Amino acid sequence: MSVKKFVVGCFDDEKVLFPAVSKVRKAGYKIHDVYTPFPVHGLDHAMGLRETSLHTAGFIYGLTGTTTAVTFMSWVFTKDWPVNIGGKPHFALPAWIPITFELTVLMAAVGMVLTFCYICQLAPFIKKHHFHLRATDDLFVMVIECTDKTNEEDLKNFLAGAGAKEINVQVAETDWWIGRYDKEQQLYKQPSVA
Amino acid sequence: MSLIKYESPIREPLVDGHKTYHDVTEDICHTIEAKPTRLWYIGFGISVALLMFGVYSVYREVTYGIGQWNVNRTIGWGWDITNFVWWVGIGHAGTLISAILLLFRQGWRTGVNRAAEAMTIFAVMCAGQFPIFHMGRVWMAFFTLPYPNTRGPLWPNFNSPLMWDVFAISTYFTVSLLFWYSGLIPDLATVRDRAKTKLRKHLYGIASFGWTGSTKHWQRHESLSLVLAGLSTPLVLSVHTIVSFDFATSIVPGWHTTIFPPYFVAGAIFSGFAMVQTLMLILRKVMNLDQYITLGHIEAMNKVIVLTGSIVGCAYLTELFMAWYSMVPYEQEHFFKYRIAGPYGWSYWLMMTCNVISPQLFWFKKLRRNIAFTFIMSIVVNIGMWFERFVIIVTSVYRDYLPSSWSIYYRPSIWEIGFYMGTFGLFFTCFFLFAKYFPVIAIAEIKHVLKTTGETYKNDMEGLEKMSDEQFYELTHHDHHDSSVKVAQH
Repeated sequence: MSVKKFVVGCFDDEKVLFPAVSKVRKAGYKIHDVYTPFPVHGLDHAMGLRETSLHTAGFIYGLTGTTTAVTFMSWVFTKDWPVNIGGKPHFALPAWIPITFELTVLMAAVGMVLTFCYICQLAPFIKKHHFHLRATDDLFVMVIECTDKTNEEDLKNFLAGAGAKEINVQVAETDWWIGRYDKEQQLYKQPSVA
Repeated sequence: MSLIKYESPIREPLVDGHKTYHDVTEDICHTIEAKPTRLWYIGFGISVALLMFGVYSVYREVTYGIGQWNVNRTIGWGWDITNFVWWVGIGHAGTLISAILLLFRQGWRTGVNRAAEAMTIFAVMCAGQFPIFHMGRVWMAFFTLPYPNTRGPLWPNFNSPLMWDVFAISTYFTVSLLFWYSGLIPDLATVRDRAKTKLRKHLYGIASFGWTGSTKHWQRHESLSLVLAGLSTPLVLSVHTIVSFDFATSIVPGWHTTIFPPYFVAGAIFSGFAMVQTLMLILRKVMNLDQYITLGHIEAMNKVIVLTGSIVGCAYLTELFMAWYSMVPYEQEHFFKYRIAGPYGWSYWLMMTCNVISPQLFWFKKLRRNIAFTFIMSIVVNIGMWFERFVIIVTSVYRDYLPSSWSIYYRPSIWEIGFYMGTFGLFFTCFFLFAKYFPVIAIAEIKHVLKTTGETYKNDMEGLEKMSDEQFYELTHHDHHDSSVKVAQH
């Protein structure tokens, strides 16, 4: 929950964006984020982001599914209510493989998607500040956070030199809030510059 | 450049024409923003009418019982389970395209995966209706779920293939839905951000979950897609394997064979791709998407059809061979007297013609790239695959070990047919709504491959191809990303 000031530079080509990202980082500016219309491979590394551990979470969810299925079915058929099914063993592990597999996949998938939505703050009715509407169309929008020491004009010129086609300054809420996209809304009535 | 030839002699461009990123957005989103055409209303109307007839048929079945259908002893699984297996099979192509082809890095999947995944979800929805209503007392359907109940608790039988089916189909539906929707979120955000009307902004705002396109989010999104693809790949194979277990684990001649799982999976992919062809050919015509769903895409899918059709053909012949080779009199009687001959012999030969013989025409490149022929073929294959399930179910059970319990000739009642027609209604109602209100092609994925394929890429690379090895080395031994800028400037 914080309102900050940003200088926003929009690029129309990822070939210009990549060197611009490294220039901006070398110059010591803090890139808040780069919004792109599609996944640009290598951009996360260029920005110095660490690898995501989402897949590790998925693995753990999967294992949870496996153990849940096996322990539950063995408990049901050996302890809770052992049914004689054609004289076959109560502990019928081979017959449980299909359900165990399905539950593994189900838990891994559902768990991962929920985790993904949670860490990216994605859900219906969530609204966020969008720095440029064409960030989901054809612009690569680099958002640089202003600190006390940042000279806005210098930064603007710097971005223009790096190839940005459109540059502006925005004061924006960085967090999400419950809102509608058909209305102009802010989290706070009168945003104050931090 | 002599070292590497950038223009592939084999691979066709995935997107035709000189497209910018904005053109892609425009081409795919304009149908969402325009008023539906007359054709759309007519198609939608017919689908809803079919759906209504289906609802009435199901109402009759629920009110008066399974007696509304002509299923009998020993044909307890008539049209109903035939339709179930048929729809589940169709539901396999979508996830196959989006998952297995993603893992195999098949670029052409980007043009067709979104609509194919939607098709999967709707087909599985249709499939699910049949076993549920086949229970007769449909209000007891929740008994299949393992929840602590007041009947003991009496748990469902986890050793039963029918129970496995409950888990397999519901897992498949859930995972396909999550996979499809997580891919849709960025594209729905694209629609939201270019929406002009308030209602559209609001609704797509809800649907797109507040997606911004942040690099970190994309990174996680990519990881999510990859893992979901990895999970869906064995899932697709497991689902139809488990459906085949419904038959293969029983001791009925014609069902009790170990070849069933691979044979069913191949058949599912076969019929699924045929349905994808049917829908894609209509979509690209109606929505002017022929630059995204190119002849190359159609040909690629036809290659899959001829491959899987041949696998299915091998399986049919193997079944016959094994019946003879096993020396089991019941198997032999069943296959050679009651399946390829006898009162239902016509259905066997219809299946053979549609599934095995006619797809072989796709060995000819000219026919693989012929749109009209592909369209007819896709329907022929789906008829053939419906008859495959009919043959497996009806001809296996109408005459069993005891001649005194042999069935009379089985014909479906109008309400059985109505139920089937109703699922067509459901399927196409959903598909028409999808085609109108959702991006039918994965916009972000197309943009992602746009610069590595097609005319734009070729133009960029022309300079490189003319370069000498020394120049190329000088250009590329610096930082990779800087070099790409120089290439563009070159």
